[in-house]
Amino acid sequence: MKLGSSLIIGGGLFALAISVGLLAPWLAHTDPVMDANLMNAEEAPSWVWWFGTDGQGRDIYSRVLYGARVSLTVGIVSQLINSVIGVALGLTAGYWGGWWDDVVNGLTNLMLAIPSLIFALAIMAVLGPGLTSLLIALGLTNWSFTCRIARASALSLKRQGYVQAAKVLGYGDLRIMITQLLPNMLGPIIVIGTLGMGSAILSEAALSFLGLGVRPPFPSWGSMLSEARDQITTAPWLSVFPGLAIFLTVLGLNLLGDGLRDILDPQSRSRRA
Amino acid sequence: MHEPAKRPGDDVILSVKDLAVHFPIGGGWLGGGHQLVRAVDGVDLELKRGECLGLVGESGCGKSTLALSILGLLVPTRGRIVLDGQVVTGGQSGDRKTLARTVQMVFQDPYASLNPRQTVRRTLEDPLRLHGVTARSEIDDRVAVMLKQVGLRPEQAGRYPHEFSGGQRQRIGIARALILNPRIVICDEPVSALDVSIRAQIINLLLELKETLGLSYIMVSHDLGVVEHMSDRVAVMYLGRIVETGDWREIFERPAHPYTQTLIAAIPDPLRHTPLATTKGELPNPLNPPDGCAFAPRCRHAAAVCQRAPVPPLETRPDGHAVRCWRADEIAAQTALAST
Repeated sequence: MKLGSSLIIGGGLFALAISVGLLAPWLAHTDPVMDANLMNAEEAPSWVWWFGTDGQGRDIYSRVLYGARVSLTVGIVSQLINSVIGVALGLTAGYWGGWWDDVVNGLTNLMLAIPSLIFALAIMAVLGPGLTSLLIALGLTNWSFTCRIARASALSLKRQGYVQAAKVLGYGDLRIMITQLLPNMLGPIIVIGTLGMGSAILSEAALSFLGLGVRPPFPSWGSMLSEARDQITTAPWLSVFPGLAIFLTVLGLNLLGDGLRDILDPQSRSRRA
Repeated sequence: MHEPAKRPGDDVILSVKDLAVHFPIGGGWLGGGHQLVRAVDGVDLELKRGECLGLVGESGCGKSTLALSILGLLVPTRGRIVLDGQVVTGGQSGDRKTLARTVQMVFQDPYASLNPRQTVRRTLEDPLRLHGVTARSEIDDRVAVMLKQVGLRPEQAGRYPHEFSGGQRQRIGIARALILNPRIVICDEPVSALDVSIRAQIINLLLELKETLGLSYIMVSHDLGVVEHMSDRVAVMYLGRIVETGDWREIFERPAHPYTQTLIAAIPDPLRHTPLATTKGELPNPLNPPDGCAFAPRCRHAAAVCQRAPVPPLETRPDGHAVRCWRADEIAAQTALAST
């Protein structure tokens, strides 16, 4: 795995997933929802139906393409919410310390102690199923790792000479955090962010599998898996293809995270320069 | 530079009166058990315009704490700091900016003191913007002039710190300290992290800038060689107090406090083959300082009077040389006797 091959493979898989989601209307053979036809229900994969069809005769290939939109939206948006919350809490806690640090630490420990999926389930139960509630539920429950890392970075960075220098120059706390600390902790935050996207996609799949995700009949990879549950022995392609899509996307994101970690390491930066 | 500065307008730009900074240690919010570290305990200091004051002492003596409170980054427990006629010991955030335009600092480690993600230009521009310089052309001009003054080329402004050598980085650090046109610069061991071959360049640059820009320096250092070369006056600190202060020549040629004598005797000198003087023991625990003179446990001249409270006063002689030692006169007499 030299020369950033994990970065290339991971980036490639992730880019593939994104372009598939964006280009779904042009790549799909049929409409993922409306083109149900019981005449060709549960067809096995063939040249006509690349990934086969489901019990209502809908094209799995088209549904997987459209399903990418939900999975990726959930992965990216919810992880962005997580990153913003985690950085805001961790950075201020590490920089200011004191009672605020205690509060943030308590919250982080609380979040780590509650299984995030259960917490997300509870939020979904209150908000009801749907894409927006998914984003909120997953966006509020996975910031603890980002927060820990931001806090640890802030603790070590705030003793650096340039932070002292900024104070001496009359910079305010907020300015110091944004211009001096944040750019220097971005590397690990981005790495954790890409890894978090992968786990958010898995959580979406899990929540959709439990029927709390995107409402049927609109496809998401998780809900497709959930619907395929009963036919797993008779029509395995119903679960194999969405499962494969999840697997490849999450694998891609994890490889991308690894690759980015190598690149964003400041030491390797100066070596390249 | 080394002639005693006897300028007509010799006025005081910074005066520190009875400054103390105490840190509570231990104890928690369950109460009890607080102990005080008296990092700085009653320091009086004066810095005259255009002067370089060397602040000397071993690590842990409180010189950095003193510097930080002058910079307004530590709120003193008691005492006052008067800068250019203004009392600045309040510590409100509004004053921080005004203070920043008066006092700046050059840091010890040029590798840790520059933000690796900022170009030199941003490092110099941002403070200007923060302090209300908005015109693009004026910012560019001031950055270019400042870079030239510290011996860098204006074209280098677009580079990142890792593209510079240690000496160049320290020049950038000096440029950052001077970009707001401060009157006073606190240099915290400005050359101790540099290669020996670079040190002289940086010291000469600092001296040159002091003359051209009319700056006053406080040189915090434990390298007496650097202090001897740069300072007009020297103050020696020990365990949070000043034990001796005076003109640099006085201090280096006729040190009166046994601690200063030991420090000076410890300067390695290839030409003078006298054995280096050594002190026994360590700096006393600041949580539990000695009752009398703080240096008594390590002093070879210590007598009974030194071990008892009170702490000896800092007594100023007519020539401005001040010593905090009960036996300074006796020791001087002894030394004179020994040398004849």
